[in-house]
Amino acid sequence: MFMEQVSNGLALGSIYALTAIGFTMVYGIISLINFAHGDIYMMGAFFALTGFAVFKLPLFIAFLFGMAGAALVGLMLARFAYRPVFNAPRINLFLCAIGAAIFLENFAMLVWGPETQSFPQVINNQVYRAFGFTLSTLQLIILGTGIVLMAVLTYIVQYTKLGRAMRCTAQDMNAAKLMGINTNRIVYFTFALGSALGAAAGILVGMYYKAVFPMMGFVPGLKAFVAAVIGGIGSIPGAMLGGIIMGLAESLGAAYISSGYRDAIAFIILIFILLVKPAGLFGKSVREKV
Amino acid sequence: MAHVFQVLINLFLATGALFLLIKLLSKIFDWGTIRFTQLNASAKRLLLAGIVILIFTWPLLVAGQPYVLRTSIIVLLYIVLALSLNFVLGFAGQLSMGHSAFYGIGAYVTALLTVNMHLSFWLALLISAVVAACFGFILGIPTLRLKGDYLAITTIGFGEIVRLVLVNWTEVTRGPAGIPGIPSPGVFGMVLRSSTAYYYLLLLLAVLTVFISYRLWRSRLGRGLIAVRDDEIAAEAMGINSTNLKVLAFVLGATIAGMAGSFFASFIHYVNPDNFTYMESVVILCMVVLGGVGSIPGVIVGATVLTILPETLRDIATYRYAIYGLLLILMMIIRPQGMISVASLKGGESGAHTGDKRGYQIFRRLSGSKQC
Repeated sequence: MFMEQVSNGLALGSIYALTAIGFTMVYGIISLINFAHGDIYMMGAFFALTGFAVFKLPLFIAFLFGMAGAALVGLMLARFAYRPVFNAPRINLFLCAIGAAIFLENFAMLVWGPETQSFPQVINNQVYRAFGFTLSTLQLIILGTGIVLMAVLTYIVQYTKLGRAMRCTAQDMNAAKLMGINTNRIVYFTFALGSALGAAAGILVGMYYKAVFPMMGFVPGLKAFVAAVIGGIGSIPGAMLGGIIMGLAESLGAAYISSGYRDAIAFIILIFILLVKPAGLFGKSVREKV
Repeated sequence: MAHVFQVLINLFLATGALFLLIKLLSKIFDWGTIRFTQLNASAKRLLLAGIVILIFTWPLLVAGQPYVLRTSIIVLLYIVLALSLNFVLGFAGQLSMGHSAFYGIGAYVTALLTVNMHLSFWLALLISAVVAACFGFILGIPTLRLKGDYLAITTIGFGEIVRLVLVNWTEVTRGPAGIPGIPSPGVFGMVLRSSTAYYYLLLLLAVLTVFISYRLWRSRLGRGLIAVRDDEIAAEAMGINSTNLKVLAFVLGATIAGMAGSFFASFIHYVNPDNFTYMESVVILCMVVLGGVGSIPGVIVGATVLTILPETLRDIATYRYAIYGLLLILMMIIRPQGMISVASLKGGESGAHTGDKRGYQIFRRLSGSKQC
C-alpha cells in the first residue's frame, strides 16, 4: 500500500516537475508568474488528442504535435498578450496572464466542448512488481519521458549557446542586451520551451487518467507554482525536486488523510512554505531594493 | 477546423464590440466628469439629487418587469462585492483573488444558521459578517509578507480550500447538493418576499458600502492605507503601521463580502458550492479592474456594465468568460487604469486628459514595482 502510493507519487511528481520547470523558466527570465501555464498544459493535451483521434497520427507523432501546438500557443501568448505590457508594472503583466488563462480555458470549452473527453487507450498497460513497488507501463513511460525531457532541458540550458544566452538574460536582461543577445528572441524561446514541457506533462496526464477536459489545467497550474515555490522559484533543479515532493505529498495525503482534499494539500504546503522558508529549498533570498 | 474559425470570428467580433463599447463608455464618463466638476455647487447638488431619486424610485419605474428588477438586484449585489474587493485591491493594493471565498462563507453561514437553527435572518447576517471577518483576518495575517503574484496565488489557494471544504464536508454543508429552503428575512413580523423589498435591502447595503468607502478614503486611516499602497517603505518611515492597515483592509473587505453572501443566500433561497468558485472571484476582479482600481464610481460602473452586458446580450453569454479574458488583456495593454480612473475623479483642474496619465501612474504605483 505504502510503496504503491510512493510509486504513484513518483509518477505524479515527475508530471508536476515537468509542468513546474516551464513555469520556473519563464519566471527566471522575466519574473512573470505565467498564470496561463496550466492552460497551455491543457491545450497541449487537447492538441495531442486531436492529432491522435482526428488526424490519426501515430502516438509518438501526436505527442510531438501536441508539444509543438502548445509551444505555438505559448509563443502567441508571449507575443500578443505579454510583450505589449512587458515594461509595464508586474501587476499589469499578471492580470494579462490571468486574462490569458481565462481565455484559453473558455476557448477550449467553446472549441472542444465542456465535457470530459476520453483519451483512447494507447498503450497496453501492464503492471510490474518488484521490491514492493508496483509500477505500470504508463507510470514507467511517464517517469521515462520526464527523465528524458529533463535531461534534454538540462543539456540545452547548460551546454548550448542558446542556454547560455538564457542564463544571461535571466541574470540581467539589460546587460545581456548590451552584450548583443537578442533578449526578445530568448524570451520567446523560453516561452516555447516551457510551454512544450508543460504540454508534455498535460499529454502524459491525459494518457494516465484517460481524460482530457478544458478545466484540467487550472489546478495543475497552481500546483506547478507550489512546486516551483518549494524548490525556490527560478531554479530548475528546485522545480524538479519540488515537483517530486508535491507528487509524493499529494498521493500519500490522498491515501492516508482524505482523497476529497487532495487539491487542498498543495495550497496548505504553499502557505506553510511561504511562511517558513519563502525562498524555497534552492532559492536565494533576494533582499528588496529600497 | 471550420468550427474553430467560427469560434474565433465570433470571439473577435464580440470582444471588439464590447471593447469599443467600454472605450466609448469611458470617454463618456471622462467627459461627464469634466462637465460635472465644472458645474457650480447647486447644479451639482441638483444632479446628485436626481440620481439618488432615480435610484430610489427604480422599482416603481420598472414595476411591470420583474426580470429587470431581478437584474437590478444582481447589479447591486455585484456592486457591493466589487466595492468590497476594492477595499483590498484599490485601497491596500493587495491583489486578492479568493474573494468568492468570503462571499461563500457568508452565504453558507447564513444558510446553515437559518435553515438548521432557525435563527432570524438579521442575527445570521451579523454572525456571517463576523465569521467572514474572522476568515479575512486569518487570511490577512500570513499573506502580509507576500506581495503581488505570490499573494494572488495564495488567495486563490485559500478560495479553493474553502470551496473544497464546502464540497467535501457533506455532514454539514450537504456537499454538492447545496442547501435549499433558506427563508426570506422578516421585518417586524413582515416577511420580505418581494423583489422590491430585496432591491431596497441591497440598496441599503450598497449605500452603506459606498459610504464606508468614501469615509475611509477621506479619513486618516484611508490616507494611511493609500500611502502604504503607493510606497510601503516610505509609509513605514512616516510612522504608519502598514501591518495593521493591511489586515484592516482584508477584514473590511471580507466582512462586506460576507454580508453580500448572506443577502445572496436569502435572495436565491439556495446555496451551492458552484456559486462560489474561482470564476466568481475573477468576475469580481474584472469588475474592479475594468471599472478602475481604487476609484469608487469606477468600480460601481464596472460592476454595473459587466453584470448588465451578459444579461442583455444573450448571444455572447456563452462566450462571456472567454471575452472577459480577452478584455482583461486588452484593457491592460490599452487602458490599464480602467474606465474611470482615480485621478479624473479628483476633478477640478485636471479633468480627463491629464487624468488618464495620472490614473495610470497610480496604477503603476499600486503594483509596488519600480522597474523602468
